[in-house]
Order: sequence, then C-alpha cells, then structure tokens
Amino acid sequence: MNAIVTDKTIATADAEGNTERDFLLRVDNVSLSFGGVKAITDISFDIQKGEIRAIIGPNGAGKTSMLNVINGFYHPQEGTISWRGKVRRKMKPYEAASQGIARTFQNVALFKGMTTLDNIMSGRSLKMHRNFFWQLLWRGPAEQEEIEHRRKVENIIDFLEIQAIRKTPVGRLPYGLQKRVELGRALAMEPELLLLDEPMAGMNLEEKEDMSRFILDVNHEFGTTIALIEHDMGVVMDLSDRVVVLDYGKKIADGTPEEVQASQAVIDAYLGVSH
Amino acid sequence: MFYREAGQFKTSYKSDQALMPILQDRMGLAAILMIAFVLIPAFANDFFLTSIMIPFLVFSLAAIGLNVLTGYCGQLSLGTGAFMGVGAYAAYKLTTIFPDANVILMVLVSGVFSAAIGAVFGLPSLRIKGLYLAVTTLAAQFFLEWCFIRIPWLYNYNASGAIEIPRREVFGVIVTGAEATPIARYFVVLGITVLIAFLMANVLRGRIGRSWMMIRDMDIAAELMGIRPLQTKLLAFAVSSFICGVAGAMMVFFWLNAAEPSSYSIRLSFQILFMVILGGLGSLSGAFMGAAFIWILPVILKFVPGILGFDIAAETVEHATFMIIGALIIFFLIVEPHGFARLWQIAKQKLRVWPFPY
Repeated sequence: MNAIVTDKTIATADAEGNTERDFLLRVDNVSLSFGGVKAITDISFDIQKGEIRAIIGPNGAGKTSMLNVINGFYHPQEGTISWRGKVRRKMKPYEAASQGIARTFQNVALFKGMTTLDNIMSGRSLKMHRNFFWQLLWRGPAEQEEIEHRRKVENIIDFLEIQAIRKTPVGRLPYGLQKRVELGRALAMEPELLLLDEPMAGMNLEEKEDMSRFILDVNHEFGTTIALIEHDMGVVMDLSDRVVVLDYGKKIADGTPEEVQASQAVIDAYLGVSH
Repeated sequence: MFYREAGQFKTSYKSDQALMPILQDRMGLAAILMIAFVLIPAFANDFFLTSIMIPFLVFSLAAIGLNVLTGYCGQLSLGTGAFMGVGAYAAYKLTTIFPDANVILMVLVSGVFSAAIGAVFGLPSLRIKGLYLAVTTLAAQFFLEWCFIRIPWLYNYNASGAIEIPRREVFGVIVTGAEATPIARYFVVLGITVLIAFLMANVLRGRIGRSWMMIRDMDIAAELMGIRPLQTKLLAFAVSSFICGVAGAMMVFFWLNAAEPSSYSIRLSFQILFMVILGGLGSLSGAFMGAAFIWILPVILKFVPGILGFDIAAETVEHATFMIIGALIIFFLIVEPHGFARLWQIAKQKLRVWPFPY
C-alpha cells in the first residue's frame, strides 16, 4: 500500500510542473549508506528559489543525513545534486559554504570560547580576504575590512535583537539565545540557501514564536531560501511552503502542507499501522 | 571602584574593537612597558638581567608560540623544544655562513626554517586530534633532536658537538658572544618579544585568529562555514613554530652563548607546555604570567632561606623549591583550571564591582 501512495504523490508533484522551473537545488535519486545501513534510499526532491521547504519525518528517517548530503559533509553513493541548474561534483563542506549554503545544527554547534560578536563575525570569514601580513599590521586595510564587516554583523545583531549579549561568551548564554546566535552566525554568511536543523528543538513556546518570526522575516526580507527540519508540526505546517516527508530513508510524500497532511502514508508513518 | 569603565563611551567600531578598549588597561600596559624599557635597564644588576629577565622573556615568547598552536588553534604539541632547536641551529648556521649580516635579522630569519619544519610536522593534524596528535609531534621532537646530534654539519663539525655563538656586532654594539653586555642582550630580547607579542595580538583578533579559534572550538562547524581545515591548521603550526624558532635562537644567542642538543630536549617542550597551561590557554598575557611563574619563582625561592638567615645546603633548597613549585602548580590548577589569565580576569571583575560582591 505504501508503494502505491508513494508513486501517486510523486506524480502529483510532477504534474504541478514546479520541479522544473527555477529550482535552486535539486536532489535526484540520491542514495547514501554507511556500510550495510541504508540511511537514504533513492530520494529526489527540489528546493525552489525563495521558498521555505520543510523536511519532516519520524526519528531516524534520514533528515539530518539529507542536510549533510546537501552541504557536502556526506557524499552519496548514488544520485546527483544540482545547484542552480548545474549538476554539482563531489565537494567538500567549505566549497559548499563558499557557494552560498549555510546551516545551523540540531545540537548547538557554536564556538564556545568566543563571544557572540566573534561568533557572528566568524560567519563573515569567507568574505574577508586581507592576508596574513595585513593582519599582522592591523592598522590600515585589515582594520578597515574588520570595521566594514562589523557593520554588517551589527545589522544582524539588531535584526535578532541580541544587542545586550554582544560581548558575552556564548557558553554562558541560555539555550534559546544560543540558538538565536547560531542563526545569526549562519545569516552572517549571507547564504542563498539556509539549512536549519531543528531550529526550535527544546525551546519554550515564546522562544518558538520568536524563532518562527525570525525565520519568516529572513525569508521575506532577505529573500533567503530556507530548508528546515522540525518536529513541531504546528510550526512546520504554518511556516513552510512545501513539505517533503521521509521515513526509513525513503520519501513517502511531497507537496504543500495540506497535501502532506492528507496523505495516508504520512499518517501511517507518524501514527503507525497495525500489521 | 578602581577598575571601572563607566563613562568610557565608544562612538565608533574602531574604538570599540581596539586592542585595549579600557583606559585602565592601556595605562597598565604603558606602566609595564615603562618598567621594562626604562626602570629595569636603569636599576637592575647583571644577575637580574641574565638570570631572570632574559630567560623570562625568551620563555614568554616560546609560550606565546605554543599558545598560538595549543591555546588558540587547539592542536596539542610536544615538539616545542625541537622547533626551538631548529631556530637555534638555523640561526647558528646562518650567522656562520653570513658573518657580516645583521645577527638580529638572522635570528628572525631562522624562524622561517622552523616554520617550514613545523608545517611539515603539522600535516598529521588533519587526520589526528588531541593526545594522538601530541604523540606525532613527539616524533618531531625525537627526530629533530637526533638530527642535532647526528648531523655534524649543523654544528660546524665542532669537536664538542655543541654550538658556540661567535661575537657579532649590530650598529657597533656587541650583542652576542661572551663579551656582549647583559644590557645590550636584554634590549634585543625585549624588543623582539614585545614586537612579536604585539603582532600576534593583531593576528589573533582578526580573521585568522578567529579561524583558529573556530577550529579549536568546533571543527565541523568551522568547516561548514568555509574554513579550510588543513590550511588553517598548517598556518597555525607554521606561525607557532616561527615564534618558537625565534625564541630558541634567542635562547642560545642572547642568553646561553652555547647550546648542545640536550638543551632542546623534551624537558624544554614540557616546560613551555606547563607555562602555557598554567598561564592560561588562549591568552597572550597568560603566556607571560606562566613563564614568570615557572621561571622566576624558583629563582627567587632559592634566595629566600638565605635572606631569612637559615643556613641550608644548596641541594636541600633545590629540592624544597621543586616541592613548593609542584604544590603551587597543583594548587593553582585546582583553584582555576583555566590558568592565571582567568584568575586575573576574575580579579578584574571583582575590582570592578568592589566594594559590592556583584
């Protein structure tokens, strides 16, 4: 029964004709396995420019593996990834970063020994080019560059309303703020595609509301394309334009939130079926 | 109360990200530099300069070098002594090949050789982390020490197997060799140490310093943000070894006058590592504090019984010094595992809010 529904949902997505036009990233028939464990099996989907795309699924469905494939941390054994219409060759994470893919992590991966400001400044690393000898001197070009980027970082700090914790080491911040700093750090990269891995995990209601607002604002104001993984279904359904559902490494549904909610395969995956 | 930045407003990012944004810090640094450049040369005797200040500055510089690698970039290294040795032997060879060249320049250039060798031994750091990396740098330590003993070309085929520093003049002042005055040596060592410390402070607060700290704190996230791990780590190894090499060259040129391979043994590596850990990983001022604790305190302790009027045998004093220093190291690491730099930070915070607890 599962198989039939899978075919149908893919067919409807194709019928709408939005897979071909204007996609920023497309994943075609990607399979990833670690030894005998198949993490991802034959998954295809696309992310269009300017949309908020959610990737959902029960635990262990392969969502985070999917993000790791997208930003070059894992290399799939089969399938291709196309970025802006061109098939991407196998690449290292820093190459993906330089092409405009930024991400946040499920468990906060901030640079603990650095301040909020330095953490967000570190997101500008790829955009700063003064070499070692200018840096030794500091006065002149290196300082100019630092100030120029500081200004951009301060805009992000204003946007996220974290002015007060600018000089606080991030290790001392509460969890919700750490998540926010991590979003700021990803934004500092001025990415085209922002991957958010459970941006609201472990947050209380108010923090979730704030974070949702930030995600929508990033999408609307900066035009950043966003792919997010999230377990809070209310948030996912409200925020996202399209949703792809994974289960045991396979794609079981793909479409608008309403379509996905109506899909029998998704309901079965989340609620379980009697055998 | 005494240390309060109230009223010191910043109106530009330039002044906000200055090296020392707080006036009291700047005054403190000015006072220290004043003491180092004016008061000590004016009043100190030869013993104080040669046995305390010159080695202290040399070790501080070496500690800064190791701090770049271990404290800022998070790569544990036990090869410091060997990298210092490379600097010493390179400077020795350079000054014998070019006897008329400026010896201070040769000392600085010798750092380039140790930087190159440091970068080569840094290659495993891409694959190996933590203590395992320390073991591979141990290989550097033993291999290079072997080279210092077995390659006679390095010490110009001296019968003794040691390098002896010839007399060299810079602008008419003798700075190396047995005839050089302590005061001339002191100024050279102080100048180089302050210059390198200042330049490193600049690097560490900029893009490159941040990229090192990114690797240290979370290497996966750093990579996903566009940091190339190999280049970044190798740069840290090279810069660290450069500084250690210069320190090693200064050690023999301006302090010991002669050195044998055992001067750059694993013992020296550990000594520098302890200075860094005790002073505070990832802190430049910590490097100075750690060097002061490990080098100056034992020297002072040796004189305490004499001053107090006790007549104790020299060996007993030596042993007692060892025990006291050991106990103090344990004490300070229990009180504050992050070293003197953190203790000083806490003290500053207390001074800020004094007389209130917070």
